[in-house]
Amino acid sequence: MPRARQVKPTLRNGIAKCPTGIFGLDQITDGGLPKGRPTLICGTAGCGKTILGMEFLVRGANEFDEPGVFMAFEETSQELTQNVASMGFDLPALVAQKKLVMDYVRIERSEIEETGEYDLEGLFIRLDSAIRAVGAKRVVLDTIESLFSGFSNTNILRAELRRLFGWLKAKGVSAVITAETGDGTITRNGIEEYVADCVILLDHRVEEQSSIRRLRVLKYRGTMHGTNEYPFLIGKTGFSVLPLSSLKLEHNAPVERVSTGVPRLDTMLGGKGFYRGTSILLSGVAGTGKSSLAAHFVQAACRRGERALYMASEQSTNEVIRNMRSIGIDLEPWVKRGLLRFYAARPGTYGLEKHLVTIHDLTAEFNPKVVVIDPITNFGSVGTYSEVKSMVTRLIDMFKSREITAMFTSLTSGDSSAPELSEVGVSSQMDAWLLLRNLESNGERNRGLYVLKSRGMAHSNQIREFLLTDHGVQLRDVYVGPSGLLTGSARDAQEAKERADASERKQQALRKEFELRQKRAQLEAEIATMRAKFALLEQGALRDSRDMESREKQVALDRVEMGRIRNADAVSTHRNGHA
Amino acid sequence: MKKMNIHKTRGKHERAPRKAWNLRLYIAGDTSRSIAALTNLQKICDQYVPGQYYVDVVDLSKSPQLAAGDQIVAVPTLVRRLPPPLKRIIGDLSNSEQVLVGLDLRPGKVSI
Repeated sequence: MPRARQVKPTLRNGIAKCPTGIFGLDQITDGGLPKGRPTLICGTAGCGKTILGMEFLVRGANEFDEPGVFMAFEETSQELTQNVASMGFDLPALVAQKKLVMDYVRIERSEIEETGEYDLEGLFIRLDSAIRAVGAKRVVLDTIESLFSGFSNTNILRAELRRLFGWLKAKGVSAVITAETGDGTITRNGIEEYVADCVILLDHRVEEQSSIRRLRVLKYRGTMHGTNEYPFLIGKTGFSVLPLSSLKLEHNAPVERVSTGVPRLDTMLGGKGFYRGTSILLSGVAGTGKSSLAAHFVQAACRRGERALYMASEQSTNEVIRNMRSIGIDLEPWVKRGLLRFYAARPGTYGLEKHLVTIHDLTAEFNPKVVVIDPITNFGSVGTYSEVKSMVTRLIDMFKSREITAMFTSLTSGDSSAPELSEVGVSSQMDAWLLLRNLESNGERNRGLYVLKSRGMAHSNQIREFLLTDHGVQLRDVYVGPSGLLTGSARDAQEAKERADASERKQQALRKEFELRQKRAQLEAEIATMRAKFALLEQGALRDSRDMESREKQVALDRVEMGRIRNADAVSTHRNGHA
Repeated sequence: MKKMNIHKTRGKHERAPRKAWNLRLYIAGDTSRSIAALTNLQKICDQYVPGQYYVDVVDLSKSPQLAAGDQIVAVPTLVRRLPPPLKRIIGDLSNSEQVLVGLDLRPGKVSI
């Protein structure tokens, strides 16, 4: 039993972690902030330091049963309470439950006269009594750097801060210390010198008119952590960091297949459609039928009784429903039955992170099996290329972890000479990629589709023409003529010609057969005639030979008679020739 | 420390005698700095406002709950409660010039 106790549940990689409960932050820090050690959170004004600190305490109290102390140097308890109430944090209730102590430390330089040696024991005493009052495990000091504006003797201050952090460590509380970013330095007064275990940077910047919040773990002693900048958001439920892509690739790989909703397309994909939980890219230029295929996919999911989420960033919900009805897909009943939910919003309405969070929240709440994002490329208008790419990565990661089959449509630029190159950013993350193309020939435009890639399954390599009919997308038979793939009316013409040719060939064959029969009849008749002739000849020959025999007999008889008449000796009939 | 007008507070509800100068000195334990502050304060008061002052000494190590009330961070802190406005002086009060400035305690300006 003592051995079992040695391993704490949060002990990983040698460092005990104190989970923040903040979405995403625990993921990138591999379990939370260092337990029993101070963490420095720095950033510019208004980047969310206080909220991060407060959420650390509130979640600690609510979810991990760890009471906390919030020592504020900038805002009064009342202001704080009001500020975080919008995120659903009920501070007075926590205070009443003895899970939280808020202490506002007011330092007014103008009221303070320094006359000789002093220390900050008062602060220690206040902190100590607050920690004792609730048995606090977590402490937030927000923003301790205010002390530097209140006291002029920085030597004393630095010594006291060093003592404070040492004291906090000795107390075994997990502390969060916030600080303002200085000009070219991590913090304005260099307090990162004293808090060296974990440093988290928050940043709030504006790029191309959209504001972006970013979080980065600058330093975390003794543990692995994500080193990237992660977008974060302060939303209705508080702070959310959006790594969404976890540090590891550990998704399940279901072998179950889901239909595309177009039977012949399923056939092209190894006969069964996509794997469940994969990500599918549907790319093509405008008007190639991306949304229509997506609608099929959604409809098929609803028919299976699965929930589907459709995010439209170009059309409103009603427009999608109306437009899809024209190709015989009625999505409205599914919406009414609660199987299909639309989320239509212009990308420009919010920043990229906001969309990510919304999608994430919707996914968590609605729990769909199938998600369509139509089109993903529209998000390019609110973020740079690499941001959209990272957003797609995060989305894919989230969907995969929930085994959601996700379809992303992507509008490619008009240049269709090398469509494979147009999606370099996101395509490598996709499991399947259907490319929709315009096939232009003979003065008309037809729609073609092919499976550019489909991981883990045998798939057709053919370019298939398809039609948008009033009963949905219909893949046509493959017709490869002498000059390549034929589409549209050229295909129809070729098919008609082929039919005519076929009937011509049939006629010819019939004629030949008739001729042959006739020839045979003719020959047979000739053979019969010849037989008859031969029979006659045979008869004649027989008669002649019989005549000859009887004549010879007669000659012999005549010779004997002659002899008898001439009284000659009996002469052999054989010597009569020499008589 | 045993002088009449310097008291050690143990409870909040002790009634202070009505004096023109009502001061409160926050200390943390009987450290040399605390004692220095107290000695310096008494000297200054006896010199400038003899008999008109009352000093209330609060030892935060014994009653920590009192620290928040007067927003005490640094120790020692001297708080001038009366006459208004509220004034705060930190340190061991060794620099008497600054103590006088901090308390607004200059000869001639003293009035009741």
